[in-house]
Amino acid sequence: MERKRLIVVGAGMVARRLVEALVERGATAQWDVDVFGEESRPPYDRVALTSFFTVADPDELLLGDQALWRAPGVRLHRNARVTGIDREARTVTVHGKQEHYDELVLATGSYASVPPVDGADLPGCFVYRTVDDVTELRTWVRDRGQQLGHPARGVVIGGGLLGLEAAGALRELGAECTVVEFADRLMPVQLDLAGGQALRRLIEGLGVEVRTSTATTSVRTGRGTKKVGRMTFADGETIPADVVVFATGVRPRDELAREAGLEVHPRGGVMADEACRTSDEHIWAIGEVACIADRVWGLVGPGYTMAEVVADRMLGGAAAFTGADLSTKLKLMGVDVASFGDAFAAKGGSLEVVYADPLAGVYKKLVMSDDASTLLGGMLVGDASAYTSLRPMVDNELGSDPAAWLMPDGVEPPSTGALPDTATVCSCNNVSAGTIRCAISGGECTDLAGVKSCTKAGTSCGSCVPLVKQIVNAELESQGITVSNALCEHFDVSRSELYEIVAVTGIGSFSELIEKHGRGSGCDICRPVAASILSSLGRGHVLDRENARLQDTNDHVMANMQKDGTYSVVPRIAGGEVTPEGLIVIGQVAAEFGLYTKITGGQRIDLFGARIEQLPAIWKRLVDAGFESGHAYGKSLRTVKSCVGQTWCRYGVQDSVGLAVDLENRYRGLRSPHKIKLGVSGCARECAEARGKDVGVIATDHGWNMYVGGNGGFTPRHAQLFAEDLTTEELVRAIDRFLLYYVRTADRLQRTAPWIESIEGGIEHVRDVVLNDSLGLGEELDAQMAAHVENYADEWAQTLADPEKLAQFGSFVNAPDTPDPDLAYVEERGQRRPAGPVVIAGTELSVRTKEVSA
Amino acid sequence: MSAALVPEAAWIAVCTVDRLWIDRGAAALVEGEQVAIFRLADEILAVGHRDPFTGSNVMARGLVGSRGDVPTVASPLHKQVFDLRTGQCLDDPEVTLGRWDVRVVDDVVWLRRGDA
Ligand code: SRM
Ligand SMILES: Cc1cc2nc3c(=O)[nH]c(=O)nc-3n(C[C@H](O)[C@H](O)[C@H](O)COP(=O)(O)OP(=O)(O)OC[C@H]3O[C@@H](n4cnc5c(N)ncnc54)[C@H](O)[C@@H]3O)c2cc1C
Ligand code: SF4
Ligand code: FES
Repeated sequence: MERKRLIVVGAGMVARRLVEALVERGATAQWDVDVFGEESRPPYDRVALTSFFTVADPDELLLGDQALWRAPGVRLHRNARVTGIDREARTVTVHGKQEHYDELVLATGSYASVPPVDGADLPGCFVYRTVDDVTELRTWVRDRGQQLGHPARGVVIGGGLLGLEAAGALRELGAECTVVEFADRLMPVQLDLAGGQALRRLIEGLGVEVRTSTATTSVRTGRGTKKVGRMTFADGETIPADVVVFATGVRPRDELAREAGLEVHPRGGVMADEACRTSDEHIWAIGEVACIADRVWGLVGPGYTMAEVVADRMLGGAAAFTGADLSTKLKLMGVDVASFGDAFAAKGGSLEVVYADPLAGVYKKLVMSDDASTLLGGMLVGDASAYTSLRPMVDNELGSDPAAWLMPDGVEPPSTGALPDTATVCSCNNVSAGTIRCAISGGECTDLAGVKSCTKAGTSCGSCVPLVKQIVNAELESQGITVSNALCEHFDVSRSELYEIVAVTGIGSFSELIEKHGRGSGCDICRPVAASILSSLGRGHVLDRENARLQDTNDHVMANMQKDGTYSVVPRIAGGEVTPEGLIVIGQVAAEFGLYTKITGGQRIDLFGARIEQLPAIWKRLVDAGFESGHAYGKSLRTVKSCVGQTWCRYGVQDSVGLAVDLENRYRGLRSPHKIKLGVSGCARECAEARGKDVGVIATDHGWNMYVGGNGGFTPRHAQLFAEDLTTEELVRAIDRFLLYYVRTADRLQRTAPWIESIEGGIEHVRDVVLNDSLGLGEELDAQMAAHVENYADEWAQTLADPEKLAQFGSFVNAPDTPDPDLAYVEERGQRRPAGPVVIAGTELSVRTKEVSA
Repeated sequence: MSAALVPEAAWIAVCTVDRLWIDRGAAALVEGEQVAIFRLADEILAVGHRDPFTGSNVMARGLVGSRGDVPTVASPLHKQVFDLRTGQCLDDPEVTLGRWDVRVVDDVVWLRRGDA
């Protein structure tokens, strides 16, 4: 069969889904698919655009598997704007050249529309639609703040969904912010007056000023500049404004269609039928540019449905777009807002059940059928926890008193079993409860991750994930499959459960633990876990003979084993601060024992190539000079990285080195599920890379900002803001509790970032536990940390004082001082390294070296 | 060492039992060969000390455990698990540590190269 060519104009969210659907259905066997997009990036998650204020790397927003763009038959053209359509010749113009199509799909999305206000094009005025918009806005706010010497004053015009997202983003950037809305309330499309007012109070509580029923008449320059400086309202009032964001709505990008003479709706949007076909039978329109059933559908969910429809049509199918769920749930600056179904009781003859608590800032409304049995829709402000359970129930019988759903401790959400198969669980991707159940019962998937990838449920806005998870687990259970989180073959419980067992029972040894709660004699998985738990809880010292058999060789000899069986030695250099005398001792020790010396990535010095029998002598020298173990071997605190800070740096606003040293000395030796790293920067320039650490601290003019959940490694994560402007005392307490809550509940070898993600309620929950003591654990955790600090002693100094333990360092039981005769070294760049080839990219590179003796 | 204590010519005395910690290995140098000795709760076993995967002499420093009923040691470098009774690697049938016979006479541990 001759191959045909499908051209897609626009490389946005919906275009991507179309290509994905085509590839999945094998359409690329017949079609060459060419996607032309004007932006410089592959399709990214516009819905999550606001997160770009904190993630820094726009690639984190890219959608799905990038391999899609390398699939046979698929081509993505970036920086490629389509400037014209010739319907007769069936070509489009790109970079002045004609490209032929057999079928053409318009997926050009929308413009952010700017109202005809004087001065709306001044430098400092922005819209909020693309990654580039956000990048520019971000730079402007930062630079302007520095030039002015105070935080930039921001104004967002438009109090709808986008406007409030933009306001949140400005706050995140440290700008002051006013939201100006023409209607009498915020989010007029989703909320009624009472809901809008509740939202207003919550938003104002976050330090954002709100003006409703206000029309903007002009934006003007500041005195003596050509940049935005003021703005004026219809009532004549003028307010200062250093940055203005227009979020007054979107307008479909239908200009290509207009010029090509396609039918276009008077209010904008390319007219298309149920098949998404326009007035030209070879041209289709999907996503925000399409006007179907007399309206444009400004959400991504309906756009995805349209993409699926067109993919089906390309293969000769008869799928149709028959409308979509416009329910929305948002978290704006931490405030929950949701609106679903017939939220405005537009159908008439319905009952409204309302719950409002102005003090708590909560407003909830359910729209019910006239007999109060069937749920028609609703809106939730301030607390949208019921959303995931309620939305799929729309048009179904609620089964209990509607008022009960609205109470603060509402009804227990019904078991998901009550949810009909037809109920839409994921509205972004139009996935029903039945589809999810089938994926499990048909054996296609066996867990949440599998269901997400095969049904796409939960892969867009993510708000349905808790519900999807419940359905998946219920379905698995009904099949008799239990979800195992057993540690290993010797223990049926997870690490955190084992921790609770040890904490509650007071068990103090591994033998007792495995005898009572496990089987066999343990292994390299459960033994170190038990050792770590016993140590975290202050039971049994890491060096005890009973515990020795639980430790990895690294913990056992308190050094890191290298590939040839020798060890590395890392003395603690708290905060990276070291005296010249200290440096000299390290140098002397290294020279004396012939150790290879290197500065680590953790701001300290590593000495490599120490034989096991040399470790005590090396440490004797180091301990005598005032050094102690750096725990480079432990699943415990590693380093607290610092920048030089206020003491020397002209920008520093706090003593970052001092704090780093104090923190390192406080948490040294604390055993944990995985290693823990901290960082402290003296100002927002962040030279200590604190946001790449499990706990990052960044100095502010008023104190310290605390970040959590960062790491480097294979899956790097940026730490997220946890609390702002803490005093040193508040900070230390928050870190104490954060670390111990992690130690208590995390899984084996789980760093803080995946731990936070895995925990029900995520970072919000952790914040509640740590800052608001929501579980009432505070005192216990504080006491546990106090005991840790109190009982800390240097493991190496203790070892040197214990002859029995020292005897463990002999190389051979029958020849304790004989070096391993097989060790061999060569010299390279003036130091020793293990003999053996240097392998570079698979080929052996011979290195000219000099033999030296072990 | 008095000759009366030597039961057979091929056996070599290595150390007293109390030098070995339960469930923790120790290396021994036996006529130029490196042996890893493990004292378990009720027996002492010995295998080769050289990790066949890396060529480094480290096995005595691995973690002791069990797989089913088999007493095991895991290489401290890349964690492959070996049967302590035979030296056989449980993750790769091609690889073995070799084994040593162990005897305890009057609290002294004796080793002899095993045939398996
Ligand atoms: C020595 C050092 C490399 C260097 O020469 O600079 C190093 C060496 C090792 N790293 Fe590292 N890492 C070193 C800094 C880092 C850093 C940089 C930092 O701390 O700022 C990172 C990224 C930051 C982070 O941890 O998030 C880092 C991320 C890792 C990871 C990935 C962790 C993750 O969460 O994905 C591993 C693998 C693991 O722990 O499972 C790892 C594992 C290792 C091991 C333990 C691998 C091993 O099992 O042998 C190496 C031990 C060497 C030794 O014997 O001391 N190393 N490693 C650095 C020691 C720092 C120190 O002073 O203690
Ligand atoms: C900040 C923000 C938050 C949002 N939050 C939500 C939300 O929570 N839930 C929700 O459902 N929706 C939300 N939306 C709306 C959602 O992003 C859109 O519905 C969705 O992106 C529409 O997809 P699309 O593919 O039709 O258009 P787009 O994603 O806009 O893609 C269109 C692409 O086509 C390109 N293009 C246009 N013309 C041409 C041309 N002539 N040649 C080449 N390329 C061209 C554009 O540059 C653009 O990249 C939000 C939008 C924003 C901006
Ligand atoms: S990056 Fe890899 S090779 Fe380098 S020190 Fe870390 S673990 Fe070792
Ligand atoms: S509802 Fe948005 S991802 Fe499921």
